Amino acid sequence: MLEILIISTLNGILYGMLLFLMASGLTVIFSMMGVLNLAHASFYMLGAFFGFEISRRLGFWPALVIAPVLVGLIGMVVERYGLRRVHRHGHVAELLFTFGLTFIIKEVVEMVWGKLPADYRVPPSLDFSAFTLFASSYPAFKLFVLLISVAIFLALLAVIRYTRIGLIVQAALSHPGMVGMLGHNVDRIFMLVFGVGVGLAAVAGVIAGPILVTQSNMAGLLGPILFVVVVVGGLGSLGGALVASLLIGLVQTFAVAFNVSLADLFGNSAAAAVLSVWLSDIWRVTVAQVAPILPYLLLVLILIFRPRGLMGTRDT
Amino acid sequence: MSDAAAAPAIELAGLRKSFGAMEIIRGVDLAVREGERHAIIGPNGAGKSTLFHLISGHYRPSGGTIRLHGEDIAGMPPQLINRRGLSRSFQVTNIFPRLSVWENVRCATLWALGYRYSFWRDVDGLEDANRRTEEILAEIDLLDRRRTPAGVLTYGEQRALEIGLTIAGNADVLLLDEPTAGMSHAETERMVALIREVSEKRTLLMIEHDMRVVFDLADHISVLVYGGIIASDTPERIKANAAVQQAYLGTEAA
Amino acid sequence: MSEARTVTHPGSPAGIGPGVFARYAVWIALAAILLLLPYVFSSRLALSTMSLMGTMIVFALSYNMLLGQAGLLSFGHAVFFGLGGFFTVHLLNMAGAGGWPVPLPLFPVIGALGGLFFGVLFGAISTRRAGTAFAMITLGIGELVASSALILRRFFGGEEGITTDRTDVLAFFGYSFGPQLQVYYLIAAWCFVCIALMYAITRTPFGRICNAVRDNPQRAAFIGYDTSAVRFIAFSLSGLFAGVAGGLSAINFEIMNAAQMGAAESGTVILMTYIGGVGNFAGPIIGAILVTWLQLMLSDATKIWPLYVGLLFIGMVMFAPGGIAGLLATQAPVLAARKLHRVLPYYLLALVPGIVAVIGLSVLIETAHQFSIRASYGSELTLYSVPFDVTSPLPWLAGLILAAAGTWLFLRAARLARDAYDDAVSGGREA
Repeated sequence: MLEILIISTLNGILYGMLLFLMASGLTVIFSMMGVLNLAHASFYMLGAFFGFEISRRLGFWPALVIAPVLVGLIGMVVERYGLRRVHRHGHVAELLFTFGLTFIIKEVVEMVWGKLPADYRVPPSLDFSAFTLFASSYPAFKLFVLLISVAIFLALLAVIRYTRIGLIVQAALSHPGMVGMLGHNVDRIFMLVFGVGVGLAAVAGVIAGPILVTQSNMAGLLGPILFVVVVVGGLGSLGGALVASLLIGLVQTFAVAFNVSLADLFGNSAAAAVLSVWLSDIWRVTVAQVAPILPYLLLVLILIFRPRGLMGTRDT
Repeated sequence: MSDAAAAPAIELAGLRKSFGAMEIIRGVDLAVREGERHAIIGPNGAGKSTLFHLISGHYRPSGGTIRLHGEDIAGMPPQLINRRGLSRSFQVTNIFPRLSVWENVRCATLWALGYRYSFWRDVDGLEDANRRTEEILAEIDLLDRRRTPAGVLTYGEQRALEIGLTIAGNADVLLLDEPTAGMSHAETERMVALIREVSEKRTLLMIEHDMRVVFDLADHISVLVYGGIIASDTPERIKANAAVQQAYLGTEAA
Repeated sequence: MSEARTVTHPGSPAGIGPGVFARYAVWIALAAILLLLPYVFSSRLALSTMSLMGTMIVFALSYNMLLGQAGLLSFGHAVFFGLGGFFTVHLLNMAGAGGWPVPLPLFPVIGALGGLFFGVLFGAISTRRAGTAFAMITLGIGELVASSALILRRFFGGEEGITTDRTDVLAFFGYSFGPQLQVYYLIAAWCFVCIALMYAITRTPFGRICNAVRDNPQRAAFIGYDTSAVRFIAFSLSGLFAGVAGGLSAINFEIMNAAQMGAAESGTVILMTYIGGVGNFAGPIIGAILVTWLQLMLSDATKIWPLYVGLLFIGMVMFAPGGIAGLLATQAPVLAARKLHRVLPYYLLALVPGIVAVIGLSVLIETAHQFSIRASYGSELTLYSVPFDVTSPLPWLAGLILAAAGTWLFLRAARLARDAYDDAVSGGREA
């Protein structure tokens, strides 16, 4: 029991940190540019596939550096020649543009790598067991992912707190209109922010690829959860994004680990007999099966009752 | 001038509004009598637009009361306040850009005529709405532009349309936020004539910077400085008021 | 009073002039076309294609009530399509088994009721917010419902879905609706009715206020309207019509599958509506027909047809946000000034290199695709009746040259076309 608890907590935090890597970029992009980048998870996917290809030829460590940079550059081009042009047609057009991007990126990925999962393996240098807990061993690679995520998070924090560009980003998070009026080259900043934002998502892809499946549908699977994180945490709040990421990461991991159903809960009681007929479909459903829905329930509830999100500074 | 004993059209008592730690409106008391033409003047940043936003329901007050025809409307959403007879225009032109001029005005007539959310009646067959729209377009002199999309009108025409939207319903209290802003001399004169005409049987509360317009139109002037009213009186006495001269008009006596 | 109003509002079909006959001419023509199409296209494939298009037209029009009329971008619209369809299949099965005296043509009403019910239910949640928040809520609800489908297997039939037999229910004047021709007419009739109803709604006070809320929600409040209430009604009504589309689909394919409620289907309707043209009543009709046609025709020609549709979509978003209908509408002043013959040559001049560029692009894409799968499928590829080996530089160069040259020529010609257009439009006013 304790074993499951600890392993699940570690996995939950791991998943949460991955989500945060992506959510941080998404939050900053939304706050600065007012665009909710629906294609954000697609850049994560690109990172995973680029990481896979580069790992095969040059090794994992070069991939860790090159893949995010490549994706970041692609992001900057997309911003400069695509998003910026669409901006004048309004918010709906921007959303639709990023929506179209998800489509195209998915098709291109499928075109080049096919629909089957890519054989993206944990690099041999990290393919050992970090420690053994009770009976199960915890892979070193997962620990590595955890450490890298935390390291990037701290670096992000440092950049935002202590550098000038970080100050501008902070200002933009709560008062985007002002940033332009302060005389900064807004266009260049936007391009940079977009590039770095999707680059972070790509990093998540490179390191998550070996653990989660690297496949052309990975953007579609992770994308909606990402929006839940960003909205629940509160648009405009990096801290909120962190809290929400960890929260959702833990909830989903625990739901899968503790595989309980309503039937299990009610046992053989008289109530069980009655309820099992009325709720026949959901009676035997386990928490694990319901796990995928939980984030969306949370999203809908938050948007109804607390549209600011947990720690948001502005209404959506 | 109406009977001073009747309930004022608009009454503000101790009205306050803060944004975070910044107090923009600090305890405003104001009474606008029925049928009065009341102007609010004051330096930039005094809080005039904020005051309008409070009265029209865009902001919630942090304290104090707002009464419309004696009824407390503080905190009501804008559409409820509008249905109780208060209508406003905006400093930055606020119309429906993709609809034609005709549609703009007609939409503004619908609620007051009782058509609500009807999705079963042909809007072109609504005689009273169409008649009222014609009347208003005639008043604001945009009859020959009726088919033009509102976003394509000239600035002056849009401001006139703005006024049209404001009077289309059955509002008897009009809030006009800098109606002559950005207008040439000729346009301003036309606008003043229009405002005088439409406020004939209504109560008018307006924010203005153009002193000629103010002294031309207003029966009563209130001066707002740093979120507080420093004077509220007839135009002649305001002109002569030393505090007002110092804070706003400058030392040149009109 | 004054002459018959010819105010062109966003919904009117090309602003036809006054006169009762003219007003009804479009509808008569539409009915005639629907009636006569099977005589022109009579193959089984054509009939089932047209049946599908009829369904999609209703679906896309229902979506435009949200996006074009009210300015609401929803990512979960397929939910109403699906739920309406599922209710219809279940009731079809129950009616067939129980011998109910309800003929098949009435069953889309079930779809309508299902769509309306959930439109009201989800609308109450979604429409309190607008803009991005609204889009996110619809995304969440869409995912929620799609995921629930795998849990509520009794109702949604799991991965296989729920099947039905439309000939099982009461015959209608002797028609059992087994043959596709009869189904086509059933769908065509419902399609006509729905088009008429949805068009009528655009001409009501509610329809106009919807447009006002879309243009300027703040102002709409200041003319007395509760914007949430307006959005709620729009949402519910669009759910109703989407449900009808779902019911028609259930009758057409005799099966309903949870995948039809998901993100892919919601995305498809966005594509159809936008490519056709948002904010113009005929737009979604055009878009539904075109995208359905593309899906069917292109999927034979190339394995990666979704990429082309996606590129078309993004191209529209970037360069022609009014969609096809919008592009056609920009020609209205030219037509009015009778200057079409002046601009047409320039359009054709631009069209040729445009087509060349598209061909070049498709060569590049297809070659790239074949290149990536050459390990399993070999490296030969026949494009436009020319055989290529994708490992040689030839197809790449050919594609690149065609695309580059075509684009460059197109841009030059487009500038000439634009000048001609400006001339025609402004010259017309003086004439």
